[in-house]
Amino acid sequence: MKNFVIGGLIFLIYAVASNAIFVVKETERAIMLQFGDVVEADIPSGLHFKLPWINTVRKFDARILTVDSSPQRFLTLEQKALLVDSYAMWRIVDVQRYYTSTSGDESRTATLLAQRINDGLRNKFGERDLQEVVSGQRDQLMTQLTAELNESTAEEYGIEVIDVRVKRIDLPDDVRSSVYERMTSERQREAQQLRSRGNELAIGIEADADRQEAVLLVEAYRDSERIRGDGDALAAATYASAFSKDSEFYAFTRSLNSYRDTFASKGDIMLLDPSSEYFKYLHSGDQQ
Amino acid sequence: MAWNEPGNKGNNNDPWGSGGGGGGRGNGDQGPPDLDEVIKNLTNKFNGLFGKKGSGGSSGSSGSGISGGLIAGALVLVVVLWAAMGFYTIDESERGVVFRFGEIREEIVTPGLRWNPPLIDVVEVINISRVNTRSYTNDMLTTDENIVNVSISVQFIVQDPVKFAIQVRDPQRGLDQAAESAIRHVAGGTTMDRVLTQGRAVVAAEVRERLQTYMDNYGTGILVSQVNVENAQPPVAVQAAFDDVIRAREDEQRAQNQALAYANRVVPEARGEAQRIIEQANAYRDQVIARADGEAYRFEQLLTEYQKAPIVTRERLYIDAMQEMLSNSSKILVDIEGGNNMMYLPLDKIMEQGATSTPGRGLQLTPQQLRDLADQVSREMSLSPDRARLQPNTSGRGAPLR
Repeated sequence: MKNFVIGGLIFLIYAVASNAIFVVKETERAIMLQFGDVVEADIPSGLHFKLPWINTVRKFDARILTVDSSPQRFLTLEQKALLVDSYAMWRIVDVQRYYTSTSGDESRTATLLAQRINDGLRNKFGERDLQEVVSGQRDQLMTQLTAELNESTAEEYGIEVIDVRVKRIDLPDDVRSSVYERMTSERQREAQQLRSRGNELAIGIEADADRQEAVLLVEAYRDSERIRGDGDALAAATYASAFSKDSEFYAFTRSLNSYRDTFASKGDIMLLDPSSEYFKYLHSGDQQ
Repeated sequence: MAWNEPGNKGNNNDPWGSGGGGGGRGNGDQGPPDLDEVIKNLTNKFNGLFGKKGSGGSSGSSGSGISGGLIAGALVLVVVLWAAMGFYTIDESERGVVFRFGEIREEIVTPGLRWNPPLIDVVEVINISRVNTRSYTNDMLTTDENIVNVSISVQFIVQDPVKFAIQVRDPQRGLDQAAESAIRHVAGGTTMDRVLTQGRAVVAAEVRERLQTYMDNYGTGILVSQVNVENAQPPVAVQAAFDDVIRAREDEQRAQNQALAYANRVVPEARGEAQRIIEQANAYRDQVIARADGEAYRFEQLLTEYQKAPIVTRERLYIDAMQEMLSNSSKILVDIEGGNNMMYLPLDKIMEQGATSTPGRGLQLTPQQLRDLADQVSREMSLSPDRARLQPNTSGRGAPLR
């Protein structure tokens, strides 16, 4: 019986204590409610006490959270359609306002925030052309949007938007394929230019080689003719100076040599008149 | 038990905890007596507690002693188990962040065997030296409105374990989002050619810088140590055209090389040919001059002797020449003056011996015709004496003459 009482007491103490003590983690923010009224907002981390069964405690994640909105189709200033994917980092700053305005539903808040962000982005994109959105004013756009969001969200939801960033800026499929076509044609142009330039240089090199060849050969011919001329002239002068000493004797010896060479072959047939001078002794009897 | 500890924690547990923190030696020396003391304390308290409660009811002191002893033994066991649960080790590459009742403690747990009171403290162990790598591959727009496919890898370490533990929910997811945004942002500010070619390192550096700024802004405690552009290529749809440009660049080089090869063949060969032509001309000149010299000298020598005895020499030369000439060729002696008009010529034989000479074709020749023929022959012979004499001499030198 006494043991039973002791056990009952322990259970009672445990039940009271587990309802009176609560822990708020470092990563959390908590509010204490008393029958629905907020009696203590922004309870810091640590061990805390409350009135059991009278007070209830709601805890929320106080860390920076990521909201990743689904890709949206936006129009730029020049009416180009873009698929834009963005994300935002946010956190709860005013727990009480956060609780009262969103009843502490994180996913609902994320959806609301994503809608706000998409509205903001749509406006921002509508004021800029593609070039500015893609490269020029990306940072500026994001900073502005973050500031604008913070003006309203802090008041309304008790949350702070730390950063909004655009991840993807994609062209819709039909535009994409025409971009591909343009890129292809640009490459084709470049390839053609390279090839033609190669041919241009090649033809030039070959033509230059041909020219060098022709010039070299014709110069060689010119020089060779000069050399031959020199040789002929010198030879002629030599002959002339020698032969002019006795031109009659030259004609005689030259003719003899010529005859000798001309009738060098066995096949040559000579019909001879015995009365010629060579045969004069052949007929010596007759002659005498 | 949990509810009982907070009151004691400031007095009893902390010195004990720090004693445990000192290492194995502290536990070995001081652990047992302390533990005993604590257990004794607790037992006393519980006894006291029960004693008071017990006195409130109607009880005998003997009964409470027995049950008190049992309870005390159970408590000691529980406390020992509880204490044993508190030991853990921190590796050299790790740090521990301690939350006491959810509240973060300032100190960071360093490597070694450590003890923290379980159920009171929660220790989050975070690896601070492991290099984590995340990779991302995406199509993105460049500043010149082209599309490129870029793969980057991001290497990061946890620089600040406290921030990493408390600031951001799922810091890696935050990093993923931020990295995708950063690479697109940088690519959006760069031309396609730069992204694809020499600008990669710059892109990587810019992404790293930007990503680190984001991480610092979110307070993730992450240090982005390196960003690499692993691959940057045009989209598959235009890959063929890009490859063709590379081929075209090679073709350009190839065409030039082929042309240079042609030039390298043609020009030296032409130089060689030119050299040959010149040398042939030189050979001709030297031949002609040498021959002229020789012949002129020979003639002059002969002339000198001739002048000493003109008639004899002339006669001798003539007869020598005739002898040589006639001894080499076929001869037909026709004695016209002799009055014998009937002459037999063995024509078939003559034809056999040499069909080349025109006179052989004549059947019967009158003296007038014969003379005409002889004149013609001698005229032909005197017409080109030079060639006839040069031919046999030059053939041995191998250089044809013009």
